[in-house]
Amino acid sequence: MKLIVNISLKEGVLDPEGQAIKTSLLNLGFKNFNDVRTGKQIVLSFEKMEENEAILEAEKMCQNLLVNTVIEKYEINILKD
Amino acid sequence: MRTGVTIFPGSNCDRDIMVALKIITGKTPIKMWHKDTEFPNLDLVIIPGGFSFGDYLRCGALAARSPVIKNIKNHISRGGAVLGICNGFQILIEAGILPGSLIRNKRLLFTCRNTTLKVQDSMKSPFITGLKKGDYLNIPVAHNEGNFFASEELLNELTNDGRIAFKYVKQTNSYDEYNPNGSSNDIAGILSKNGKVLGMMPHPERAINHLHGGTDGFQFLSKSFQQIVG
Repeated sequence: MKLIVNISLKEGVLDPEGQAIKTSLLNLGFKNFNDVRTGKQIVLSFEKMEENEAILEAEKMCQNLLVNTVIEKYEINILKD
Repeated sequence: MRTGVTIFPGSNCDRDIMVALKIITGKTPIKMWHKDTEFPNLDLVIIPGGFSFGDYLRCGALAARSPVIKNIKNHISRGGAVLGICNGFQILIEAGILPGSLIRNKRLLFTCRNTTLKVQDSMKSPFITGLKKGDYLNIPVAHNEGNFFASEELLNELTNDGRIAFKYVKQTNSYDEYNPNGSSNDIAGILSKNGKVLGMMPHPERAINHLHGGTDGFQFLSKSFQQIVG
């Protein structure tokens, strides 16, 4: 099974990349949006593991390495085939 | 004085700091490869600048979880001194040795230029005691993620405990913005609770010879070393 970890900057943390993208979108004429925030996605593959167990494992990975919880937030989702 | 310099895949300021250490202390520092775990007792460990592990995931994140860091944590618990420069500062934060976070420069530019640092009225620290409070040091920066970010609470704590070592200040005759990265409170370097660990974004090893355009890095490093050896 596969899990997707979506990591993004917390509210209030400056996202200059998002701001630069926002400026470009505005330049292209896209006006119907408020803000752009960037992030990253990590896909974890597990073999022979129960869903709950895998999510717990992914949670530990996020806390120990994948996420800098000072500035980033994350969510773990199950990737449907 | 026994010094060590850590080397990760992607470190690129290790040679420069080793040359500086050799000039100042007269002894060649030992090289600490990231996979190594056995080292003699050292007075000072320097984590140099560069792009450890290609800046993958987050700057310093992978280096901070490598075997050599466990040894550095032991060194710190023995009261040893550690200086993290640039990527070294990022690694110290990722390892949880220093607090806060270093995020992308505010203007999205890799900034490589001289900065002026003001020595803060900080706590007792071997890195600061030899300097005069309020003194200015001209030391260059070269980074993309040097914007020190912390909660209001942590910023107050760092200020009240005298753990801010250096701040960027305005240079006369400069058109550049004095704060090169948008760092909170213009912070350029912070100290650990015991004052023995310093993380700083500027590169003192790039200001040790007049051919570099200045020798303030030499002054800073030699005064620190005098204090560490006692």
